[in-house]
Amino acid sequence: MSVAAGSQIASPEISFSSGGDSTIRRRLLLSLIFKWVCRLMTYGALAVLAVLLTSIVWNSLGRLSPGFLVNHYSMNPARCGILAGVWGTFWLVLLTACFSIPIGVGSAVYLEELARDNVIVRVIKVNLSNLAGVPSIVYGILGLTAFRPMTLFLQELFDGRHAINVMGLFRVRLLQLEIFDGNVLVGAMTMSLVVLPTVIIASQEALRAVPSSIRIASLALGATRWQTIWRQVIPAALPGISTGVILSISRAMGEAAPLMMIGVLTVASMCPGGIESPLQLITNPTRVLSVPFDQFTAMPVEIYDWSKQPDPQDRFTAVAASGIVVLLVVLLLINATAMIIRAKTARGLKW
Amino acid sequence: MPSWATRRIHRRHETFIQWALFVCAALSVLTTAAIIFVLLSNAVYAPGSKVAFFERVSLAEFLTSTQWKPRDGEGGQFGIWPLLSGTFLVAFIASAVSIPAGLGAAIYMSEYAHPREREWLKPVLEILAGIPSVVFGFFALKFITPWILKPLLQWLGMDVAVFNSLSAGIVVGIMVTPLIASLSEDVIRSVPRSLREAAFALGSTRFDVSARVVVPAALSGILASFLLAFSRAVGETMAVAIAAGGNPLLTLNPLRGSQTMTGFMVHASTGDSAADSISRMSMYAVGITLFVITLAINLLSGWIMRRFREVYQ
Repeated sequence: MSVAAGSQIASPEISFSSGGDSTIRRRLLLSLIFKWVCRLMTYGALAVLAVLLTSIVWNSLGRLSPGFLVNHYSMNPARCGILAGVWGTFWLVLLTACFSIPIGVGSAVYLEELARDNVIVRVIKVNLSNLAGVPSIVYGILGLTAFRPMTLFLQELFDGRHAINVMGLFRVRLLQLEIFDGNVLVGAMTMSLVVLPTVIIASQEALRAVPSSIRIASLALGATRWQTIWRQVIPAALPGISTGVILSISRAMGEAAPLMMIGVLTVASMCPGGIESPLQLITNPTRVLSVPFDQFTAMPVEIYDWSKQPDPQDRFTAVAASGIVVLLVVLLLINATAMIIRAKTARGLKW
Repeated sequence: MPSWATRRIHRRHETFIQWALFVCAALSVLTTAAIIFVLLSNAVYAPGSKVAFFERVSLAEFLTSTQWKPRDGEGGQFGIWPLLSGTFLVAFIASAVSIPAGLGAAIYMSEYAHPREREWLKPVLEILAGIPSVVFGFFALKFITPWILKPLLQWLGMDVAVFNSLSAGIVVGIMVTPLIASLSEDVIRSVPRSLREAAFALGSTRFDVSARVVVPAALSGILASFLLAFSRAVGETMAVAIAAGGNPLLTLNPLRGSQTMTGFMVHASTGDSAADSISRMSMYAVGITLFVITLAINLLSGWIMRRFREVYQ
């Protein structure tokens, strides 16, 4: 650099740059631009989330009312409600949890705590990671083909006259039980298969986080392997397991594809078992027994139907948006519960 | 010390539990076997009196015909290409949206963001990942198409249909962005600090460190996350079934409607044709195609992850 008359003191970059200050400046500028591009991508995703939620709430305004929660489906959008979907989803998720939690946590305990490293176990592990990537609609095909005939079998067993036919010899009158196609049981069995891989993987992670010193100490005191697992490892992993399991099962609430495949109702004006309010659970508890065999619909299925409703005046848009608000609020409550469990235990436990 | 008798009871008890838990774990293998059996026995070869799809429609027609008209009786045509083009069109648009956004977010969170900023960014992105698919379908049909695409494209002099692949692709892209972001962030963060420090010591800017050191070091995991997101986009159902419509056209025009493989399956299952009719059985042929494609992409993703991973001490 020639020191011309009037030139200022050289900027510090010049002292260690052979290519002059322009290269350095260009590189720093590039770095700054890159940072802002990355930041834009991140906050852009959040902005999209905000726009999504705003547009849905905006669309639901004027339609969402307490009446929406207690009304049945109606051709008239002003009177249409989501009651059947709320109860359908409730029973579906409850039964799904009953199937998938014991099986899922059991599998995770076996794979993490008991399994030796042999070919079968390795096959199970590889298979599990592949199952997690299978589209949910493929499970729907499985449910449609493998579980739906079960309905026919049960229908034959109950032979339409509310009686059980025992080996063709005599009939036992049992309950007023009618078995419908596309019932809650088939839905829950299908949905359990959808969520099982994630339930297992989440539980495995929670079990892995338990330090081995606990196991060793328990075994050293003379406990058997199962005593160690049941009394030490599972209690220690329980917060992690419950967070993971809640999050995986909440996925079942939003899934519609497998349910569409097994043929649930898209338009329903009845709740499973005829139970329309929590009070009826107490006043008429025997109805609960007929719930698994009853037809049903679920919130995401109803939302799908409302979104696709060909209506020139677009009046069902507000109904669909109101349904989405209800679904998202329920999901948010569930996820918040999981987060609270995680936060509470993260503070209390230190290994 | 427990007596020998109680020990024996213990041992029997333990063996029983171990077997019960093994059965739970083996159930997942049984699920895979059942999926494969159901698809094969309805699509390829049916035992008993049932006739499988490929026993009625030749594989050659399935793979070469360019028309998908799943009708019973005369005039039914079963060429997979319109469904494949619809599926891949949506999946490629989704990748075009989610790869820059997901990777950008991953780099920002691991390289630039303050730990406290990262702490709230991650759960918020998780919320985006937890929003159900139907909601995104609604968003595409009732917001993106009428409020963004229509005005924008009309201004450019183009016409966009109510049901179009572009809006479907965009929302699927938004859906899988958190997947890419969180998977990529995990691998980027596992690149050891010493690499970054060495690069800074040599006079690198943050851009040089991120783009020339960290991302190449984590490349296998990043590519694996792209592939997983692509496979998720291929298997995505409800958003696409709502937004892309139900018209199986062999077109790569994103402004028109299309039908994806998943969209057809939902459509076929809600139809009222008989259970063993050919239009219903075609669902299994499409199902097996979808299953094989997603499985292949997932396996490729896992292979890239293992084969090209840089291992640091």
